[in-house]
Amino acid sequence: MENQKIISPNMLKSFFFENKVALMFLIISGVAFWASGMTTVMFFNELSVRIGRDTFLVLSLLIPVVAGLGLNFGIVIGAMSAQIALFFVVLFGGSGASGLFTVALVATPIAILLGYLVGRLFNSMKGSEMIGGMIVALFAAGFYQFFFLFFLGGIVPIESRMMTSSGIGVLNVIDIGASPSYMRQALDNVTMLHILTVAFWAMLVFVAIMLIVRLVKKQAITMKGPLSIRRPIFALIVLAIVYIASGFGGMAFVNGFTLWLYQDRLNALYALWWGGLLAALLMGYAIIKAKVVEKSPGVPIKPIAYLVIVIIAFLLSLWTPVYTGLENVGLPVLTYLIIIGLCVAIKWFLNTRLGQNMRSVGQSRPVATAAGINVDRTRIIAMIMSTVLAAYGQIIMLQNFGVMNTYSAHENVGLFAIAAFLVGGASVAKASIKNAILGVILFHSLFILAPFAGANLMDSTLIGEYFREFVAYAVIALALVMHAWQRKKKRKAKENE
Amino acid sequence: MSKPQDVVKSEVVKDDFMVIVRKRIAAFGLPRIIILVAFILMFVLAGIVGMNLPSFFGDVLRRWGMWGILVLAMVPSIQSGNAPNFGVSVGIVAGLLGAVISIDLNYRGAFDFITNPALHRIAGALVAIAIGVIGGTVLGMLYGMLLNRVKGSEMAISVYVGFSAVAVFNILWVRIPISNPIAILPGTGSGLRQMINLQDDFGDAFDSLFRFQIGSMTIHTGLLLLFFLMCFFMYIFMKSKRGMRMSAAGDNPTYARASGINVDRMRILGTTISTALGAFGIVIYAQSFGFLQMYRGPLMMGFTAVASVLIGGATIRRAKVFDVLFGAFLFNGILTIALPLSTQLIPDIPGVPEMLRLIISNGIILYALTRAKGGR
Amino acid sequence: MQDKYVLEMDNIRKAYGDNVVVDGVSLKIKPGEIHALLGENGAGKSTLMNILFGMTMIRDTGGFEGSVKISGEEVKFHSPNDALTAGIGMVHQEFMLIPAFSVSENIKLGREDTVPTVLSRVFGKNMDRLNHEKMEKDARKSLDAIGMNIDEHVRVAGLPVGYMQFVEIAREIDKLNIKLLVFDEPTAVLTEDEATQLLGVMRSISEKGIAIIFITHRLSEVMDVATDMTILRDGQLVATKSVRDTNMVDIAQLMVGREVENMRATGGQFALQDAETAVKITDLHVDMPGENVNGVSFEVKKGEIFGIGGMAGQGKVGIPNGINGLFPAEGSVEMFGKPLDLSRLGEALDKGFAFVSEDRRGVGLLLDESIGYNIMFRQMAIKNGFLRGGLFDGRRTQQHAKDMIKLLDIRCRGWQQKAGTLSGGNQQKVCLASALTLNPKVLVVSEPTRGIDIGAKELILNYLTKLREEDGVTVIMVSSELGELRSICDRIAIVSDGKIVDILAPDAPDADFGLAMSGVSKSEINEKGAE
Repeated sequence: MENQKIISPNMLKSFFFENKVALMFLIISGVAFWASGMTTVMFFNELSVRIGRDTFLVLSLLIPVVAGLGLNFGIVIGAMSAQIALFFVVLFGGSGASGLFTVALVATPIAILLGYLVGRLFNSMKGSEMIGGMIVALFAAGFYQFFFLFFLGGIVPIESRMMTSSGIGVLNVIDIGASPSYMRQALDNVTMLHILTVAFWAMLVFVAIMLIVRLVKKQAITMKGPLSIRRPIFALIVLAIVYIASGFGGMAFVNGFTLWLYQDRLNALYALWWGGLLAALLMGYAIIKAKVVEKSPGVPIKPIAYLVIVIIAFLLSLWTPVYTGLENVGLPVLTYLIIIGLCVAIKWFLNTRLGQNMRSVGQSRPVATAAGINVDRTRIIAMIMSTVLAAYGQIIMLQNFGVMNTYSAHENVGLFAIAAFLVGGASVAKASIKNAILGVILFHSLFILAPFAGANLMDSTLIGEYFREFVAYAVIALALVMHAWQRKKKRKAKENE
Repeated sequence: MSKPQDVVKSEVVKDDFMVIVRKRIAAFGLPRIIILVAFILMFVLAGIVGMNLPSFFGDVLRRWGMWGILVLAMVPSIQSGNAPNFGVSVGIVAGLLGAVISIDLNYRGAFDFITNPALHRIAGALVAIAIGVIGGTVLGMLYGMLLNRVKGSEMAISVYVGFSAVAVFNILWVRIPISNPIAILPGTGSGLRQMINLQDDFGDAFDSLFRFQIGSMTIHTGLLLLFFLMCFFMYIFMKSKRGMRMSAAGDNPTYARASGINVDRMRILGTTISTALGAFGIVIYAQSFGFLQMYRGPLMMGFTAVASVLIGGATIRRAKVFDVLFGAFLFNGILTIALPLSTQLIPDIPGVPEMLRLIISNGIILYALTRAKGGR
Repeated sequence: MQDKYVLEMDNIRKAYGDNVVVDGVSLKIKPGEIHALLGENGAGKSTLMNILFGMTMIRDTGGFEGSVKISGEEVKFHSPNDALTAGIGMVHQEFMLIPAFSVSENIKLGREDTVPTVLSRVFGKNMDRLNHEKMEKDARKSLDAIGMNIDEHVRVAGLPVGYMQFVEIAREIDKLNIKLLVFDEPTAVLTEDEATQLLGVMRSISEKGIAIIFITHRLSEVMDVATDMTILRDGQLVATKSVRDTNMVDIAQLMVGREVENMRATGGQFALQDAETAVKITDLHVDMPGENVNGVSFEVKKGEIFGIGGMAGQGKVGIPNGINGLFPAEGSVEMFGKPLDLSRLGEALDKGFAFVSEDRRGVGLLLDESIGYNIMFRQMAIKNGFLRGGLFDGRRTQQHAKDMIKLLDIRCRGWQQKAGTLSGGNQQKVCLASALTLNPKVLVVSEPTRGIDIGAKELILNYLTKLREEDGVTVIMVSSELGELRSICDRIAIVSDGKIVDILAPDAPDADFGLAMSGVSKSEINEKGAE
């Protein structure tokens, strides 16, 4: 059991060993920060934007790793689906946040189809999925270019401001921020009040449908056991209280709370404090539960470790540069909520039958087959999920930029997402949500800092830029080498048994 | 006691003609047939719309020679069991380094004692090749040792090792202490240009050798001769004891070990030759192109080289010199003719050759990957 | 009574093409019975089990004749899954476990307990949430049932190898309707203590009314735990007996007993005393996965044909592979008094050995190269033959290949045909030709007749005797086929558990061979008898 472990030097050693890439990055970033001469305000602002922009994409890599397909270099294809969908939605006049949701809706079937095809392809080259993913991304890029350069306008006549002057092919850059699409940061800018209203009504409808279904099917409505409806009811009550407090989402009785809810950014300092408090309470509960209720022996290390991290983070936030840095940063609420929602959904999914099947397939195809699991089908589903999530991730990224570089927006998506994932401690065969989030923070810290540090230290921004490019490539090369190496060792160990 | 004669019937069966044809097509691979037919059709089409065919053919031949040695670099890598060398850019950057040093030596007057301009250029090229090949050999050995530790995942790793090598050298290009103003970014005093003009250095060194004209078709004899010579050397090497041992190590490592062959050493040999040829190849490419493409220039060259040899009929595990000759010709042929043909037919879309390059090269690699199943 | 037997296999016959591997075998098993299934390699045990489990390879090769009844009802399985639902389980020799999963997850693999969720109402059972509590409770129950006190939360990766076997058993027990369990060589990877424990578990399972088919080559275990037994030989039923009515010597005799056909006049008549020692092996250890050799010593005289036999996986194949340097080996190997450096690759070939590997497609041939290339390659690679001016000499290769094709009667379209397109027997002849091209002083052939047709078999065996008679070549032959060893060898060493149990004359009694193959030497039995 987790909380029966005792801290030992060995554990510390293995902690440092397992997180060596992350620790190395932390040190390099620290040096780079010192050398860059950036203010914490600038740095945190840039970082919060990048976390919101990239985390979703990185998370889309998780499921293929779990299902044993390795790092999915084919997420580029998901990004392409998003771009195709975006073009058509803008063409037909979609705008704002609702326009972006339409983009997601349109991108989904495209991504499902393409993900299915890539999954089929990967099934015919088991063991070479990664090189296959790199190549299939480039292959698809050829067709993508054909579609945007020639098919649109050349074969299907299209009249739009997005077309080139000759009418054949789409412009290099599509502005989705300005009139009439207004999609620039449309997700980032949704107010909390909006989110709250939608969430409340959605939850209400959901609970109503659930109750009706149970009544019709004559199933028990219970607050206990595996079939309990405790959680949805609880969530609905919380939402209802907040919703009523906000004056039913309107200006019925204007007060400070509603005005605060009219914001679309959450102050990072307060977010950290409130989040920290919440985490501390949860951890405290876990410790009390373990020691007092379950009376399990030993020290509950994990909660205590998290508690320590929370306290350190809190103390760090009181340090003036960090304090001013965080105080001046606003986190885009909806984007962050979507990312948190995805984390929860992935966690939930991995605990379903299909999720368990994916883990089994990822661990050993022969054993999974022997246990009656359809390996090929499971792998294809994993690829579809990854491709669809990548499409959503790309939508988040594009709305943040506010422009779409028609022919290059997808190009480096795979490279940067994968490099970040690996920096966070993921490997070809093993990964978690933690790796994705940690990776985005560390990798993008370096990305922000490297050019400035290069300019200050070596008198050349170019060096910083090439250095971060090298880091991205080298991190991936290193991870692939480590994986192949370990696999070889494991094979040898197995033979010797 | 024994009646073996009538148990095994004669296995000598004569296939009828159509079966043989179908088998040949299957063995050759449908994608290759499509590419070949497309090339012929495009050539015919170009003739119909009245383009200058001989001149184009001359161009195709020149690009053939330009790319040839880089494609040839795939053969030792594949034959020694390292799969196609996507990381040939490791050798390419070594070659670029040799070229840059040669340019600087030229600027400092190191070749001034040769007065004949043609020989002067060739001397510059030879120095670039020599330095490049030495660098490529050293890097290739290290790279080969790395690949020995990651057997079975060579391709994915070689892609990123190649990318990393390019990125490392990018940093070098910014800082390299070179004084030739032709190579340096104007106004800054340091850092190489994206494109370095070779006109005053070894540009055209081999292209202009014995160059002649038939009508509007230019034949770059020196370039082609050099390419054929390298192919011939490779062919001879593959027929030598060392070459055959290397091929066996790649074909079936256990068989090779049972024949007393050190498989790891043979694999390093293959990668080293491949990397050194990459260095050689880029100098030849550059002298014909007229420019050195620095920085991200070599990034995707490995992909083109891999695709070329696969189009020629090679697989992930086996390649012959013939595949290089045929594949490099066909792939470059199609790309060379696509640009003028497309501007002639549909003048308003740019980037047709790039599109074709992406689809053809990556399509053929994917095809080869799906075929590789059961190879190991 | 309908339920008298859990399993009735009646008059089963299976042929691969013309090759009949199981012929008229019947097997009847009662609930709670531990039924040992015995026989040499290739006797038809695994084919019989493949038929029982409805393996697709059986249907793909034309199905079988005869009937299979489970609890009195005739069944036709189309896949192993069908067999599982009918209540037949298998404990594999290789563990079908996922090391990174916990014990309970492994026990429930593919059959997880779940509860429905919102999404599962839309997308079906795949979106059900796992019910870890129930899974762990069930796992605990199954583990308790076989008397294992391992924690169901631990990861399998951390368990000792032996325990994995028990997790597998617990998984089978956990299946609700399990009626019949097949144990395929379950003790092969276990320590002695674990093996004893396993036999105890088998007994307690059978007491619960579950029938067991026990495939093993260890006769002592059969005597220990089994109640009944069926002995197969060459695909035919030899005997079905109750263990109480028999003894180890009888069983051994029944397993091996065959008229030794084609006993050649040459076999066993070689005058051992007069000849000098060709090969002397002392305390050879070979680290070959699945075929470990743990200290083997023997001497082979010049001109002798020395046989090495034994069951698969016991280490006989490890001996030639160790000498050849393909797997790490220790100990001393001397050839005509000169020691070999076993750590140097190619040393044995340099010193005058030649090998024909048991794995002709993997080790023996370059499948994409021509017959001629295959025949000349090793000679070229080791002794620089077939080169002219340092380059491949096609003309000499052609000449030599044509000679060899004629000499060994290789059926082919010509010397340039690719080795991969030849039939098994002809591939084996190419391997032999390649070895002969090295002009060896000692020829080591491993499983020379595995999977090849009768004609090629005869030719190869004849040629080996001829080689010794006419050229004085010493031959070491490793084979699973005792009959074949006894037909041409002068002496036969039987290997079990990585050691030589006995060296027997080809005309020694059948029972001696049978006992030796199950790891018991004749002298041991005699001692026991004396006690």
